[in-house]
Amino acid sequence: MTDLTDLTVAEIRDGFRAGDFSAREVAEGFNANVAAAKALNAFIVETPEKALEAADAADKAKASGETLGQLAGVPIGMKDLFCTQGVQTTAASHMLEGFVPTYESTVSGKLWAAGAGMLGKLNLDQFAMGSSNETSYFGDVISPWRRNDGGNASLAPGGSSGGSSSAISARLCPAATGTDTGGSIRQPAAFTGISGIKPTYGRCSRWGVVAFASSLDQAGPMARTVRDNAILLEVMSGFDPKDSTSLDLAVPQWEANLSSDLKGKKVGIPKEYRPDGLNAEISAMWDRGIEWLKDAGAEVVEVSLPHTKYALPTYYIIAPAEASSNLARYDGVRYGQRDLPDGAGLQDMYAATRALGFGPEVKRRIMVGTYVLSAGFYDAYYTQAQKVRALIARDFEQAFEKCDLMLTPTAPSASFALGEKQADPLAMYLNDVFTVPASLAGLPAMAVPGGLDSAGLPIGLQIIGKALDEQTVLNAALAIEERAGFSARPDKWW
Amino acid sequence: MSIDLQTVKKIASLSRISVTDAEAEAMVPELNNILGWVEQLGEVDVTGVQPMTAVIPNHQRLRDDVVTDGDVRDKVLANAPQAEHGFFAVPKVIE
Repeated sequence: MTDLTDLTVAEIRDGFRAGDFSAREVAEGFNANVAAAKALNAFIVETPEKALEAADAADKAKASGETLGQLAGVPIGMKDLFCTQGVQTTAASHMLEGFVPTYESTVSGKLWAAGAGMLGKLNLDQFAMGSSNETSYFGDVISPWRRNDGGNASLAPGGSSGGSSSAISARLCPAATGTDTGGSIRQPAAFTGISGIKPTYGRCSRWGVVAFASSLDQAGPMARTVRDNAILLEVMSGFDPKDSTSLDLAVPQWEANLSSDLKGKKVGIPKEYRPDGLNAEISAMWDRGIEWLKDAGAEVVEVSLPHTKYALPTYYIIAPAEASSNLARYDGVRYGQRDLPDGAGLQDMYAATRALGFGPEVKRRIMVGTYVLSAGFYDAYYTQAQKVRALIARDFEQAFEKCDLMLTPTAPSASFALGEKQADPLAMYLNDVFTVPASLAGLPAMAVPGGLDSAGLPIGLQIIGKALDEQTVLNAALAIEERAGFSARPDKWW
Repeated sequence: MSIDLQTVKKIASLSRISVTDAEAEAMVPELNNILGWVEQLGEVDVTGVQPMTAVIPNHQRLRDDVVTDGDVRDKVLANAPQAEHGFFAVPKVIE
């Protein structure tokens, strides 16, 4: 019999409806995989009872002939950045340890309403700040992948959605939610050989998602196939009056309109994304991707995004600035930890609480943000960054006059060993070089696996689309998926 | 423009994060590295460019001026480190 935990979301959905297996069998299979994978540290909280509860509801609904939700019978993982009613939500921080929301985030609520069940809350970089999942208060997430050199170095699953990427590639869940501020869905997907899409800014409601940098934060799905991403994104998207930046637009039928025929489409190749010294294997994978898209009928054109080199420094002003403002809410008064030293006044309590509750990277970013917003420096740093951000967005607008989508690498390298880049915050920031520009411009972008490098590790390709054109992004990713035939999976050691 | 120990301590104070002298000293080179790197933005010609305020054009919505929630005091207080008599409790502010 097929191992149910090897199935995709679409296969689980369809097999459950066809009566090939029960929802409970599926949930039990994934619950067992989760319970047996503690070594990956992908989950902060496991909720097997929630997965079974949703499965039993799906089985009952099916037996009584009720209309089934789009995700009936499908258990998923939930990044621990989404508030879940009655289930601890920490953003992987000590600050929110023990915080049990009394409400449900819009995106998670939509998934449960569609019949999905929750396997647990997935680990991440603390407050989604990091690219290797090494900043979590609850410990590093380990990638299930290992290099083929016979060593057993623990590798980074990427970040910040590292629990999501690790769990999906290890078959602990068929899909999971992620959030992406500067690459936090796409880079972990690339590191673990799965797919993930960050939709256009405003597609998914941010309500109930622990805020990092509000003008950049977007939720999105992560899964093993492009189709599964389309299925989940349809459920997660949609207008929400509770988020002032939510787009009041109908949700397209992305899954029904999937097509890998790219005839008539023009693929832009941004020349600034191929700097001197680009990793040769990443570069070769990019060339292969270009050939795959040509084979799917697309025409390839060179485009230019002249301000690319300024995207990362722009991001590392804007994101910390917004974070310093957003994280001001953690004051030890309304929720989360409180540290009240003997005889301390209110101001001392704030400072002690925040020193206790935040990890080093979070403190670093709050302080950088505080500095660039402080009197006398605001114009030189923050206003200048917002102007350069406008130029970066304009670069994309002009390039999209010549093409319908762009193809680029997702990350400048395959996964690295834990600890390898931790000493130098700047070296870690450079990992987001290919993902940050689309975030700054609010554009939909997707990571899809292309193959393995010489060390046996997955490397991915990124598709960037025009605003609101997730369909073309998904279709191009599907064309790559069909041609890459990526079927590698990590050998089970955990 | 580089920042010194005093500036780091001032930023920490503005951020309401208490730091030891050793922590502050360790942050001086870290923050200088990051700030020195982002300073390259100064070389971009932004003449006539408006700072970006919204990445995707969207309109501000107005809703009817009616109460849509509330009456959830206990839920609001449920996660407070200290709640008393239906209020958030904090150390004495005024002597």
